[in-house]
Formats: sequence, structure tokens, C-alpha cells
Amino acid sequence: MATLHTVNKSPTDRNTLEACLRLAKGGSSVLMIEDGVYGALKGTQKSGIVEDAMKDIKFYVLGGDLKARGIEENKLIDGVNVVDYAGFVNLATENDRVQSWL
Amino acid sequence: MSVTKKLMYINRRAPYGTIYAWESLEVVLIGAAFEQDVSMAFIDDGIYQLLKGQDTNDIGMKNFSPTYSALGDFEVTQIFVEKESLEARGLALDDLMHLTYEDEDEDYAEKDSIKVVSSSELADIMEQQDVLYNF
Repeated sequence: MATLHTVNKSPTDRNTLEACLRLAKGGSSVLMIEDGVYGALKGTQKSGIVEDAMKDIKFYVLGGDLKARGIEENKLIDGVNVVDYAGFVNLATENDRVQSWL
Repeated sequence: MSVTKKLMYINRRAPYGTIYAWESLEVVLIGAAFEQDVSMAFIDDGIYQLLKGQDTNDIGMKNFSPTYSALGDFEVTQIFVEKESLEARGLALDDLMHLTYEDEDEDYAEKDSIKVVSSSELADIMEQQDVLYNF
């Protein structure tokens, strides 16, 4: 019984990612999309909350949204997986439910 | 034939600055009318939707806070408030509207709809849902 959480807001603009991580259970997956992809960057004020949560949560980021924003994959926190739209669909089907944090 | 699903509506926006709170309430009432198992969670600034004493006369907007009191009549009897979000805003249960429902299994005894739960309790409750809607 696992949940895919999607986050579409930047963690330095809104507390969406923090709310998600406060309420996501171990074994969940988090996919960062749209402005949510800024949450996957290393060396930011908010990188630590992702790094801490990585112990029991898997992190993904949508590649198209990274490219659109000029973010290279070597700027991402180690362990964040880049997926394409097909990967997004796979994540949605592999989990029991999807929670779209806004 | 109909299938009853467990639907939870998660509210994390204050009531009047954006349309989220009012839209959520409308969708909740529609879902309840289709006899689904509907619950609500209030976290982060969503807590402010439930504050007592809202008066919108001076801002020219509808005060929809009395509508929350009708939820019980639509069999929306499970309203979860996250303890951490409540405390982060210096609030206590007494600061929120007193929402109740009549329990038909117990001779229509009036019961409290709001339950204050911790983050980890709420995380468990969310994992029991079929569908989650965020507002």
C-alpha cells in the first residue's frame, strides 16, 4: 500500500514540499514536477529536507521540466532519479494512489 | 450498482485569499451527495478555514464558514485537524468552530466531527484512502 506524491511548487517559494514530506510515509515515492523540480537541486537552503527523507522515500524528478528550466542533471541531489512522461505513468500505476500536493 | 470509495479532501489554504477553500467545500458536498465515504483533513493554513467568528461583511465576499456546520448532515463526519499545524499557528481546538453530527447508530446522539490528530496519525489515515484530493 504505497502512495505516489507529486509536488509542483518550488520549496523556496511555498511549503508544499515540506508538507508532503511531513505526511508521506516510509515506502512512498515523491515525484517533483513543474516548479517542484527546484526541490531536487543540491546545495539549496531546502536540499536538506530531501536528503533527510531519502532514507525511506524514493525521489523522482520529471526530466522535461528540468530541461525547460535549464537545470542540468549534475545539479541534482545524489539519488534523485530523472524520469520521462512514460516513467511518470509507470510510477502512477505502480502505486496504490496518487496525492497531488499543490 | 455503485462502489463506495474512501475519498479524502486535504485543505491547506486559508479561506479568502484564494478560491481553494470554497471550491473544496463545494466538491466535498457534491462527493457526499453521491454517497461516497468522504473525510476532510485540515493542515497548514487550511486550519484557518475552521476559525470561529469569521465575518466577511467588510470585504464583499460570501462568508462560507457556516457551510462547514452542514457537513454533518451530508454524512461528512470525519474532519481531521493536524495537531502540529494547529499549534504552529498558536491555536487550540477551542478556537475552531464546533462541528457536530448525529450518530444514527446511537439514537442520533450528537458527536464531535473534528478530531485533532498528529502528523503520523494523519499519514496513516491518508494511506487508508482510495482517492486523495488536495486543495
